Amino acid sequence: MLHNLSLGELAERLRSRELSSVDLTRHFLGRIERLNPALNALITLTADGALAAAAAADRRLADGERGPLLGIPLIHKDIFCTDGVRTSCGSRMLDNFVAPYDATVVARLKSAGAVMLGKANMDEFAMGSSNETSYYGPVKNPWNTAKVPGGSSGGSAAAMAARLAPFTTGTDTGGSIRQPAALTGVTGVKPTYGRVSRYGMVAFASSLDQAGVFARTAADAATVLKAMAGFDPLDSTSVDEPVPDYPAMLDAPLHGLKIGLLREFFDGLEPRNAALIHDSLKVYTSLGATTVEVSLPHLPLSVPTYYVVAPAECSSNLSRFDGVRFGYRCDHPKDLADLYKRSRGEGFGPEVKRRIMTGTYVLSAGYFDAYYLKAQKVRRLITEDFRAAFQRVDLVVGPTTPTPAFDIGAKIDDPVTMYLNDIYTIGANLAGLPGLSLPCGFVDGLPMGLQLIGPHFSEGRLLNAAHLYQQATDWHTHAPRGYE
Amino acid sequence: MMADWEVVIGLEIHAQLATRSKIFSGAATAYGAPPNTQASLVDLAYPGVLPVLNAEAVRMAVKFGLAIGATVARRSIFARKNYFYPDLPKGYQISQYEHPVVGRGSLNVVLDDGTTKTIGVTRAHLEEDAGKSLHEGLANASGIDLNRAGTPLLEIVSEPDMRSAKEAVAYMKKIHTLVRYLEICDGNMQEGSFRCDANVSVRPRGQEKFGTRAEIKNLNSFRFVEKAIQHEVARQVELIESGGRVVQETRLYDSDKDETRSMRSKEEANDYRYFPDPDLLPVEIDDGFIATVRATLPELPDEKAARFARDLGLSVYDAGVLSASRELGAYFEAVLADLGAAHAKLAANWVMGELSSALNRDNVEITGSRVSPASLCGLLARIVDATISGKIAKDVFEAMWAEGRGADDIIEKRGLKQITDSGAIEGVIDAVIAANPKQLADYRAGKDKLFGFFVGQVMKATEGKANPAQLNDLLRAKLGGSA
Repeated sequence: MLHNLSLGELAERLRSRELSSVDLTRHFLGRIERLNPALNALITLTADGALAAAAAADRRLADGERGPLLGIPLIHKDIFCTDGVRTSCGSRMLDNFVAPYDATVVARLKSAGAVMLGKANMDEFAMGSSNETSYYGPVKNPWNTAKVPGGSSGGSAAAMAARLAPFTTGTDTGGSIRQPAALTGVTGVKPTYGRVSRYGMVAFASSLDQAGVFARTAADAATVLKAMAGFDPLDSTSVDEPVPDYPAMLDAPLHGLKIGLLREFFDGLEPRNAALIHDSLKVYTSLGATTVEVSLPHLPLSVPTYYVVAPAECSSNLSRFDGVRFGYRCDHPKDLADLYKRSRGEGFGPEVKRRIMTGTYVLSAGYFDAYYLKAQKVRRLITEDFRAAFQRVDLVVGPTTPTPAFDIGAKIDDPVTMYLNDIYTIGANLAGLPGLSLPCGFVDGLPMGLQLIGPHFSEGRLLNAAHLYQQATDWHTHAPRGYE
Repeated sequence: MMADWEVVIGLEIHAQLATRSKIFSGAATAYGAPPNTQASLVDLAYPGVLPVLNAEAVRMAVKFGLAIGATVARRSIFARKNYFYPDLPKGYQISQYEHPVVGRGSLNVVLDDGTTKTIGVTRAHLEEDAGKSLHEGLANASGIDLNRAGTPLLEIVSEPDMRSAKEAVAYMKKIHTLVRYLEICDGNMQEGSFRCDANVSVRPRGQEKFGTRAEIKNLNSFRFVEKAIQHEVARQVELIESGGRVVQETRLYDSDKDETRSMRSKEEANDYRYFPDPDLLPVEIDDGFIATVRATLPELPDEKAARFARDLGLSVYDAGVLSASRELGAYFEAVLADLGAAHAKLAANWVMGELSSALNRDNVEITGSRVSPASLCGLLARIVDATISGKIAKDVFEAMWAEGRGADDIIEKRGLKQITDSGAIEGVIDAVIAANPKQLADYRAGKDKLFGFFVGQVMKATEGKANPAQLNDLLRAKLGGSA
């Protein structure tokens, strides 16, 4: 079936004109129409635009143009601005917002010839770990629709798992790509901070946000990341480093690869989950890698540190949503204060408000040193822990999440429990490191993820390690029942 | 009453930097465009957009820092100042807080009594301007014009070193001169390109501790600065002397009523929740960059004035006036280029006298003067070679200003050439003496003052064209009866 082909196979069929981009696009639009209602993975469908873009791609192919993504459909997380298409960020605040420009990620994939099918559901302003904070309702996990798909890129992950597109985009501020990738059994890559442009991505926490990709395999992710990554003069924090040829690096042998087992990630980990990770390590040792235990002593502080830094930045980033120039505006404001209070009060959901209030508090005079400054210091210590570890090992591994997907509604009223779900993913964001989650088995019929974290700009090595694991295992080939 | 109180003033001057585009976006900074035509998506704070620092603004700030002998920070950081206001699209202003690009420096101002005083500059930092709210012509609504949002500003913060309104104005004028010399700000105060906030307090003379200060916002003329400070000092003294207490607050100056009034107290002040802007990297400045900027520094006003005094023998006052603007100094030096440095005093008198009066009278900038430096030089050369007298030269200048013709042309056409033929002058003197026998007798009897009468009569008869020096010599001889 077309939806189980790799990007390489699809590109080959498009190249040989055995398959047209329009037919491929129709195939996925059909799946979305049929399967999405049960999942709520997409907020916006752009069928007409997709068919027009596919027809344009077919003309380019007919003219002899070649490209690994030319004519390949995708779904963007609804956090990326898309010219002329609603960009809601999962919020009532932007329910009426049609972006007047393309994010750099969108523009790059568009010029590579990729065809946007629609926009994926997400936690409101990317704040959430279960995709339950979306104004458009929760996303269901294709493996079990009573379960969450994870968040905040829950729509992108669920759409990927359900084979609604050959690949999808996401963003990861505290685990928002890796955690839902793990909970839905797909491969998710969060690149090094600065590797992919943030221009046109609605900001949550600017020093942590990073765009990335969901794919079925590491090999597919490598192809997409190569097209997305690279310096962007419009983003001062993007890094002017050449983009390696990730696909060409996939098959490098792992002999001599030193893998660090993160001791802190195994403390109190559920035995069945721990067993899966240890099985994965056996795969790596059979491929020639060696493993050694490493410790990041400050890593247990990553959740409280993150929940100071991220809300502080979000409280400021979300100030622009004031009902004056775009987005939700309350009816009949009495005066300026009323306009602000009601537009923001009615436009934002409870989790967003909680974080704005937390962030405002930690930046306030009298609390700034105790919270914001302290958190910045701990952030440096965590970064330093990772740096020290990477002097001994090439990459570190551990579980992506403490548990498989949980029930919809189970944690939404208990923010602290919900926040603890990000305990293994947040460290990489605080240190700006690349991380990857890949399927490594099942617990109670639900997928679990193995997480790889490497030094800055080691995406090529991570994808290589993930690819060879996927060559030796078949976890990534499992599809949820009804979506095969 | 005032003698018991000492006034303490510090200024925060906002100089709009003369970059072509905004500090964090590519939109133009030109003044006067229709509302919101110069606001990009970045200026409008659309979701997803990001700031990119304009390197030219940094270069200008460094130029200013070098000109006041300040330390230039090798690493400075942009921070967010958070508050809600409709003319502030992001809900925060990007500014520099703990780590400004320019650190401590100083400059000298010359006071009315001729003494020089050094005023400390605490820091100068880069920030973006806000937009403007418009209320006129809109029923029950306010309009927002974001053309100005994101315009680069250099905020120059002084030490509390000034002790009178006049000192504050002298300092502000000096900064105004400097930023225009450096070509980093057009200095246009009507358009708001150069404005200041004044921190004013009073304390009993001899007391070390500062009094509580009030900040007067948005003063956009030298006259308003002086009047607002004077008014505020009087208000504070009166308040304290009547048993009251000055509270820390922000006040607005109303130039129509000539008074300041409270805008908000310290208690009502915003908590700006400053933190480093994560969208911008720290600004790293190395020695090479500083050296490059230093090489672009022009001769500064104090250096120019010192050179005029030293090399041209001008008085300190004249040297100061002629170096107060780069354009005036350039005009003066252009005149001297052909006339010769030996005649610097003559050129200085003419530039500061006739030329400046004509410019002021017709409200023309020196760069648009109707008499070019070369033309003025041509006129002065005729004084130097005694073709015309200084008095006649003033008439010639007026004609040049009005008609746009050269000095020689006017002297020729109007027959204003000085009479230097001794025989011709003697002839006139003889006729005048012959016509005034009584005055001659009185003069010879000791009434020396009548000498001037005879000079006047001869000048009248020659229409002012007799060479004054020759006339004096010949007349003295004739009246004395020796010729």
